[in-house]
Amino acid sequence: MPMSDFRQTTLANGLRIAAEIDPRGYSASFGYFVRTGSRDETDLEAGVSHFLEHMMFKGTARRTAADVNRELDELGGNSNAYTSEEQTVYYATVLPKYQDRILDLLSDMLRPSLLQSDFDTERKVILEEIAKYEDQPPFGAFERVLERHFGPRGLGRRVLGTAESIRDMTRQTMLDYFSRRYAPSNLVLAAAGNVDFDGLVATAERLTAGWGGLIPASPPPPDDANRLPVGIELDGIIPSPDANQAYWVRMNPSPHLSDPNRYPARLMTSILGDDTGSRLFWELVDTGRAESCTMWSQEFMDAGAMFTMLVCDPDDLAENREVVEAEIERLSREGVDDDELKQAINKALAGCIMSNERPSNRMFGVGNGWQLRGEYTDLDTVLDRYRKVTADQVAKLASDYLNRPATDTLVTASPEAMSEG
Amino acid sequence: MSTSAATLQQTVDESVRVEQLDNGLTVIAQPMPWLRTAAFAIAVRGGVQAEPDGREGLAGLLCEMAQRGAGPYSSRDVVALQDNLGLDHSAGVSTALASFGAAMPGQSLHEALALYAEIIRRPHLPEDQLDESRLGALHEVRAILDEPTQQVILKLKAMQYGRRDGRATCGNEPGLNAITIDDVRGFFEQRFRPDGAIIGIAGNFDATAAIDQVRELFGDWQGQQIAIPADRGGGPGYEHIQQDSSQTHIGLSFDSVPLADPNYYPMRAGVGILSDGMSSRLFDRVREQRGLCYSVSLSAHSLIDRGAIIGYAGTTPERAQETFDVTLREIEALADGIEPGELERLKVRVQSGLIMEQESSWSRVSSLVSDWYHRGRIVTMRELEQRIESLTVAEIVDYWKQHPPGGYRIVTLGQQPLNVPH
Repeated sequence: MPMSDFRQTTLANGLRIAAEIDPRGYSASFGYFVRTGSRDETDLEAGVSHFLEHMMFKGTARRTAADVNRELDELGGNSNAYTSEEQTVYYATVLPKYQDRILDLLSDMLRPSLLQSDFDTERKVILEEIAKYEDQPPFGAFERVLERHFGPRGLGRRVLGTAESIRDMTRQTMLDYFSRRYAPSNLVLAAAGNVDFDGLVATAERLTAGWGGLIPASPPPPDDANRLPVGIELDGIIPSPDANQAYWVRMNPSPHLSDPNRYPARLMTSILGDDTGSRLFWELVDTGRAESCTMWSQEFMDAGAMFTMLVCDPDDLAENREVVEAEIERLSREGVDDDELKQAINKALAGCIMSNERPSNRMFGVGNGWQLRGEYTDLDTVLDRYRKVTADQVAKLASDYLNRPATDTLVTASPEAMSEG
Repeated sequence: MSTSAATLQQTVDESVRVEQLDNGLTVIAQPMPWLRTAAFAIAVRGGVQAEPDGREGLAGLLCEMAQRGAGPYSSRDVVALQDNLGLDHSAGVSTALASFGAAMPGQSLHEALALYAEIIRRPHLPEDQLDESRLGALHEVRAILDEPTQQVILKLKAMQYGRRDGRATCGNEPGLNAITIDDVRGFFEQRFRPDGAIIGIAGNFDATAAIDQVRELFGDWQGQQIAIPADRGGGPGYEHIQQDSSQTHIGLSFDSVPLADPNYYPMRAGVGILSDGMSSRLFDRVREQRGLCYSVSLSAHSLIDRGAIIGYAGTTPERAQETFDVTLREIEALADGIEPGELERLKVRVQSGLIMEQESSWSRVSSLVSDWYHRGRIVTMRELEQRIESLTVAEIVDYWKQHPPGGYRIVTLGQQPLNVPH
């Protein structure tokens, strides 16, 4: 008996709708996935995708900002939004009886008023958000390593922008960006759980009937590739005088999100650097030599990144880095043995089963897959792909990717430690 | 809202079984056969309040060392088992408890319980690994120095609850450095006892079989808990931590009631109106209307015999004083009145949350263990929903009038101290 049923359609205005329906669910989850993020911005627009995400909660022709927030709360459940390098996502999980009301609200939010007064107030909130992350480990190391690897534009563009780019941003820039990026053909409406699909399509059709009229502004002037965007540096060391620990982030290239090699890649990073039971865990964390040392992979549409993050006492950094580099080198040379691969597969399978239990997580799977890969993958197919990974595949992948040039960034109070590395 | 109770009645099957073993261990089992997962949590009275003075960090260290080999398993065996069974596991300490738990695919439960019986009852606590555990714990203490928000909250808890009950769960450097293997083993002998211990299980499993298994694994476990005298430490005050940070981090707390208190619900509802959701007063008036900060929040915290309300806001230095003033004003203005709509929204949130708790064995098991520890009984979701449904504006306002916020503990971290009420 199939656990759930996948259905999809495309409306006349280009909006794609995809849903995984499980009538036994207690809740239903809905999300608009907009194919726009920091990689789609120019220097003048740096941070606008995320700023715009905030502005979607600030009211529409039919609702004030207070109405939007109040109605989201009136429908209970969990609702929020996030912005990444490639997507901006608005979502909510509610009881099934609220399907029409939440669709009305989310759809209305996507045609925002974007008033100047709200823009000015929200700019302050964004600047506070940037300041908040400046105080938090790893103090900008991820942003910097991506900037160094991809360059400060495209996938290397900071999602929040910089304090400078946000201060300089104008409402007109945002309006133009919105007009180019929020056409219905650039959006996916995803749903999962106890969803009435026919009702969903009919409601969406009615609510988005006027969306086709959006006229895209002309493209912004191209960036000057010879100049760094304002507020950006590319140095591999970030001095942080108050930091007690050293934070070292290393990035290797990795398979992208449609590459079949992403499964062996995920298992390889798990074997090498999962937060428990991995080779680096036993070498550095179990022994108390580092506070943490973890690896994970992140997949983009046309590129992938394998991150290693080491946090330890600055005095132990040089030695610990050598351990990390030696383990990476050993894996690229020797591959993995069957037992550790089996253990990593079992861990991955259980993780998938557990994270798929909630409709909200299923909805993200459906929306990301449909928007970024144009495909739907059910849970059993994903489990099967993990089960079929062999030690040979991991070894081949390791010898390829782990030998490509890596990029790194270090945050420390005492940058001289770097020269010893 | 008359339909909401009906929804929960219709959708939720709550067959909770509670069994008390002769040795004092309580087993609580709630089957949720519609799930693919199961979860368990085991709590013993081994929290930081039981640590001897000068050994701060001992509870957490024991919790970590217990997993470095137990019964027939080496340290590596434990991890291999956890991974192969697919356990999403955690272990940690609070003021009163040391807890171990995991969520997993349902079919792993049997073997997982057997593994954790070894960890709780027969850990090796190897002397030759004490230094490695200690180093790990010292890393955690130092890591917090890089986390201003955590630093503020830790300091605030110490001011709120006093030297013993307000202890940091990670300990401190002198305490950790003083710990010997005899301290670890002695704390284990004293605190990892069945009397007062709780095992909760929820999810897709057979309750009768699981309870029988627990009886088999833990039935001959012996030992009494040593009662810990009440601590009345903690008092009002203001402390500023000087640091050249981008934001000023503001924490504030004041006395409240514990979970088992009949006044808990009107108190908690008031906190919800101030801070739960995007239409809550603090989010709306501090962030949305004024753009003063990105994060502002208030939450209820409970020990077994005392409770506190704890608030946090982070904002750049030039806006810190205004953020603090507006936040405090909103908290104190709650007793002036509540709109019926504010309470209605809160009720929908609670109801939705309860229904969605049915979708996760882990969140359910956490509630089971917390209920038993704090209240000595299980509050069914239906009972909880009815209690929330019965709340009135008058009851909430009345509570907040009779227990006006005051006696503040205030901590700031940043470039400059603030002007705070005395």
